[in-house]
Amino acid sequence: METPFNTFLFGIYPYICLAVFVLGSIVRYDREPYTWRSGSSQLLRRKQVMLGSVLFHTGILIVFFGHLVGLLTPIEIFDAFGIGHGFKQVMAMLVGGIAGLVCLAGAVMLLHRRLLDPRVRAVSSFSDTAILIILAVQLVIGLFTIFVSAGHLDGHEMVKFMSWAQGIFTFEAGAADYVAETALIFKLHLFLGLTILLIFPFTRLVHILSAPLRYLWRPGYQIVRSRLAS
Amino acid sequence: MKIRAQVCMVLNLDKCIGCHTCTVTCKNVWTNREGVEYAWFNNVETKPGIGYPKEWESQRRWNGGWERIAGGKLQLKMGAKWRILAKIFANPDLPEIDDYYEPFTFDYEHLQTAPESQAMPTARPRSLITGERMEKIEGGPNWEEILGGEFSKRSKDYNFEGVQKEIYGQFENTFMMYLPRLCEHCLNPACVAACPSGAIYKREEDGIVLIDQEKCRGWRMCVSACPYKKIYYNWSSGKSEKCILCYPRIEAGQPTVCSETCVGRIRYLGVILYDADRIGAAASAPAEGDLYQQHLDIFCNPFDPQVQEQARRDGVPAAWLESARNSPIWKLAMDWKVAFPLHPEYRTLPMVWYVPPLSPIQSSAVAGKIGVDGEVPDVRSLRIPLRYLANMLTAGKEEPVLKGLERMLAMRAYMRSKTVDGAADASIAERVGLSIDEIEAMYKLMALANYEDRFVIPTTHREVGEDAYDLRGSCGFSFGNTSSQGMSEGNLFGGKRRKATPTEAL
Repeated sequence: METPFNTFLFGIYPYICLAVFVLGSIVRYDREPYTWRSGSSQLLRRKQVMLGSVLFHTGILIVFFGHLVGLLTPIEIFDAFGIGHGFKQVMAMLVGGIAGLVCLAGAVMLLHRRLLDPRVRAVSSFSDTAILIILAVQLVIGLFTIFVSAGHLDGHEMVKFMSWAQGIFTFEAGAADYVAETALIFKLHLFLGLTILLIFPFTRLVHILSAPLRYLWRPGYQIVRSRLAS
Repeated sequence: MKIRAQVCMVLNLDKCIGCHTCTVTCKNVWTNREGVEYAWFNNVETKPGIGYPKEWESQRRWNGGWERIAGGKLQLKMGAKWRILAKIFANPDLPEIDDYYEPFTFDYEHLQTAPESQAMPTARPRSLITGERMEKIEGGPNWEEILGGEFSKRSKDYNFEGVQKEIYGQFENTFMMYLPRLCEHCLNPACVAACPSGAIYKREEDGIVLIDQEKCRGWRMCVSACPYKKIYYNWSSGKSEKCILCYPRIEAGQPTVCSETCVGRIRYLGVILYDADRIGAAASAPAEGDLYQQHLDIFCNPFDPQVQEQARRDGVPAAWLESARNSPIWKLAMDWKVAFPLHPEYRTLPMVWYVPPLSPIQSSAVAGKIGVDGEVPDVRSLRIPLRYLANMLTAGKEEPVLKGLERMLAMRAYMRSKTVDGAADASIAERVGLSIDEIEAMYKLMALANYEDRFVIPTTHREVGEDAYDLRGSCGFSFGNTSSQGMSEGNLFGGKRRKATPTEAL
């Protein structure tokens, strides 16, 4: 199915999404730093945040890094370590499946709260609600791909996605062809994933980029700013 | 030794009448906006009471401030850095808005637009968050005004620690005082240390603690870390906000809005020099009871030529050194020792200090059952238990508060002897370790409290660090882009459209 439509969706659309993701984030960071925040609503309603948010974030972090490492590590490295394709796929299904379920449980709790709690609903912007729904839908699609994957455990489908993802980042001309023959549900998952990148700078997701890990090794405890130094 | 200067405040609780003018003027200037309706950079509490937000003083509940851990090091009570980061998804130490109160307004317009009816129309409350009707208002920023509510609730006040509080529930023995509160602009601020983004900082030149609104990401750790609960999360902007000590006014040599408008003239503003190198050692003193003395010890005597020399080397302008010598804070806190820090046991080294209130003498003393020491009544016969004040101001150590109150009583007795009896009784001053000149100066500063004595604020030397040419044409104070609000209607980056006000929505 090497149609122009396929080439657009998985050969051109990724670059549009990545460009908007990078440029949009830079522009927002530079021009609208006041809007750059996590957008927590814990103050307004503690219920469901304590469990929901922790489940959601823990799950999604595992899923995210799983995708990042799983898709972008060259297949030769796995081969060099003697990790079989089939084994890698089963691990991805297992870890991804568990983390996905954890994340979905959290997402459902957060979504329930966001839609039904009068306070949280009142302060939610369109993008706050939309991004949560999109992430939940993407999770469900992702979890459903496991059933399709279970039909072919040798890892060759997975290698297609790795080749595609790495092809995109290495500007390989026919990258879209790798995924042309895969199941529709995978394509949906890819498309929605790219779309999340596209809308990333316009949502609260930007808080991911300022994950305050530097705090752990920030020297000293107190910060003093001097007018003289600036 | 590294000498820094800080603009500090002292509040003379003996003269606070609880009128809330400071609170209201502050509100009108700084927090009359969506998202911070519930936030009061300055508020006045009636004590005893659990305060606003509920039970803010109890760090067993909120985990604010610092604690001394094994090995004598200081650590935030919320935990080590990794534990703070672990709380980032959901912070168990964060108060909910109901711990403050749900902000509300009333349907005032209904009073004018209601059709003719048998009953008088009423203005019912409406939530400022959801815009929906509230059947009952459950709390407010001053919910315990003048001992409102049952004693059983009020008496959860943390300052009752070690006090036989039951008897103070009886009408005959009851007591009260006012406690105006604002950001303490601490020397060892817990909020700064807890901020994962590094958005909160202390200004070197005047010690004011500020939140960089463009760097704040809304991780909300500062709200929990501040033991005074004086950082507020703006639920609309998703950023934290706090008292800024009216720095635009301070920089221009003017008092803060709360100080300027204080009708009781209870507030003092002035410069204190301190040794920044000794902050760590002072804040981690082993015994909580020593923290007050440790705090005093890091203040530097502005009359000491060595201190002046070092301060000049450390970049403190000459005008600031001059102000430090005339500082009302130095007189109240160091010369006369009548001002004390609020809850030094939190180990943040707060820089807004309080003169404890005198209180009526219990009836038993008037009946002659409790000793009167010459002209001066015994401090222990005052209505407010000494232990209560000590729990609030000196981590439970009664001696310093006792001496402070004795000096204030002595000042009154001395002035009475001078103006009523017509013969100044010098022995009264001597008994509390003061000279006549000192007690007269005390009277002038504390009782007369002239404007120019209360507020000794040097202007900021902007010319030293900044190129004024770069500042031309820019707005003074705004959020986001200097000239756009960054929150305009239909904003591309998640800004919100202005909500219809409740009356518009009706």
